[in-house]
Amino acid sequence: MSKSLLRSLLPFMSLAIVLGATFYVQPRTMSYFGLNLMLQYAVPIALATIAQMFIITVNDLDLSIGPFVGLVGCISATLLYTNPLLGILALLLCIAAYAAMGALIHRRNLPAIVVTLGLSFVWLGIAVLILPSPGGKAPEWLKAIMSVQLPYIPFPIVAAVVIGIAVHLALMLSSYGVIARGAGGNPKAMERAGWSMLKTKATMYAIAGFFGVLSGLSLLGLTTSADAHVADRYTLYSIAGVILGGGEFIGGRVSPLGAVVGALTLALAGSFLIFLNINPDWQIGAQGAILIIVLALKSLVVFWEQRR
Amino acid sequence: MMAQLRKLRSEPWIWSFVAAIGVWLVTITYTGGQGAGEILTAALSFATFSIIVGLGQMMVITTGPGNVDLSIPATITLSGVVAMKVMDTNSDLLLLGIAAALGVSFMVGVFNYALIRLLRIPPIIATLSASFLVLSTAIYLGHGIRIKPPVPLDNFATSRILGIPLAAMLVLVLSIVLAVVIKRTIYGRAVVAIGQNPRAAWLAGFNVDQTRFITYVLSALLSGVCGILLSGFSGGAALNMGEEFLLASIAVVVIGGTSVAGGRASVPGIWGAALFMYLLVTMLNTFGASAGVRLIMTGLIIITVIILAAEKNQAR
Repeated sequence: MSKSLLRSLLPFMSLAIVLGATFYVQPRTMSYFGLNLMLQYAVPIALATIAQMFIITVNDLDLSIGPFVGLVGCISATLLYTNPLLGILALLLCIAAYAAMGALIHRRNLPAIVVTLGLSFVWLGIAVLILPSPGGKAPEWLKAIMSVQLPYIPFPIVAAVVIGIAVHLALMLSSYGVIARGAGGNPKAMERAGWSMLKTKATMYAIAGFFGVLSGLSLLGLTTSADAHVADRYTLYSIAGVILGGGEFIGGRVSPLGAVVGALTLALAGSFLIFLNINPDWQIGAQGAILIIVLALKSLVVFWEQRR
Repeated sequence: MMAQLRKLRSEPWIWSFVAAIGVWLVTITYTGGQGAGEILTAALSFATFSIIVGLGQMMVITTGPGNVDLSIPATITLSGVVAMKVMDTNSDLLLLGIAAALGVSFMVGVFNYALIRLLRIPPIIATLSASFLVLSTAIYLGHGIRIKPPVPLDNFATSRILGIPLAAMLVLVLSIVLAVVIKRTIYGRAVVAIGQNPRAAWLAGFNVDQTRFITYVLSALLSGVCGILLSGFSGGAALNMGEEFLLASIAVVVIGGTSVAGGRASVPGIWGAALFMYLLVTMLNTFGASAGVRLIMTGLIIITVIILAAEKNQAR
């Protein structure tokens, strides 16, 4: 088996191992209902991870995606519920804000980490203004979508596969996707070849914003009421998901399918640790340990690759 | 005089002080001069903690792109918990508690760098994963009631001389030492050189691995110091005591004029930025702004400062 194939299979193998371990510890999860329950929160995490992936593709890092997902939830639980038209307008404005953020970062040559750090305060502030304390109501259609029961295969799995394949087709196989990844690989070369890096960055940020909105909507569909802080952890989850899925921080090397699988692994690891019945004190720590083990495996494979 | 002024204006850190003084002036104008001194004293007390961790984060960020320490909040918490647990309100155990807290912080630094170097995990993810383990350890150790700090530690962390907090003086000494280390020692020059071009630094004979190792350990130790002082200041350790310092440590570094791309550090900038961040919140509080407005303004001002700083750099 070729080493690069091994490397691209690694995220899937990690998922298989965590899934196998979960089934072993708690055989009852090996059912339609069990999988549905365990993986339902994987959908918003996967969408946030895809959003982060688009930013990482152009060599930036988004530290504001968590609060942004929270903000989308707050808008959708209030404005979208009471006045759908205004709500949709507000969400489109959110996506436009992301595009503007990308343009600003490129135009002024600013460090993305810091700009997005500042914006994370802004998103959180707006969310708190809209919804000072947890509450609001999810629109009925949103709840209906997120609790849909498909025959044979649980909805979260179908959703994850569809998201992964759709983004894979768009980013890895389309000609525009090649330009976008080239922007991360060698922005100067792409600029010389006549592609506007400003447009590319703004577009990538807009797409990230779009997936951030989807993530917030799907999360609200599950929680049914909103809270400005509900997704604060998503920033870290999304970065970890992209890296678990085989993405690199620089060079435009990302994998949409891997990112979705990475997000599923993270979501599943949480359930697995609960089933293991370990001391709750060590829950977070064990999640850190799983991250470290998977990444150590990845380094090992890369090491083999280079030695050859 | 003009030449000196022009030289001062070209220093990247000067703008954080200008911003801090500006915000302070606006605040006391609004209050009609009332509480001008108290506001500064309070700002110094609270800024002290951001300055300590900011110095560590600055060194890490200066070693080059991709280097950042996300384990600072967890290390602060673990250090505070260990210190309070070992001291157990007994002043005789004060030094032992400090040693134990700094000991575990040292271990965190070593662990961080082991993940980065041996397992080749990118620093962002390595320190993030490590922070999960560190936080779990703190949760495990921190069970039960809140333990009060011993009286001497409490006194040290909260007392003031002529309105200047003792802890701030300690941190001033620490900052001066670090500034000298950066300018005058091989280690300090190596950090800056590696941040500018790791390969060139390696060819020039700097020990890249050793330098980065020391830097991550230093950041962890400074988080440890922050944890001890913060527990003394706030009457004990709490499991969420480190939370706000993740963003704060990065923000003070960047607003203070340290290059995010590495290779250029600024110690005075950390002071200016930390004071600015606190005075900004004070100003918005004085205006009676709500929590949401405060957050939005904080974010927008961070971004504005970054844009202004970037413009200056490009002009040079």
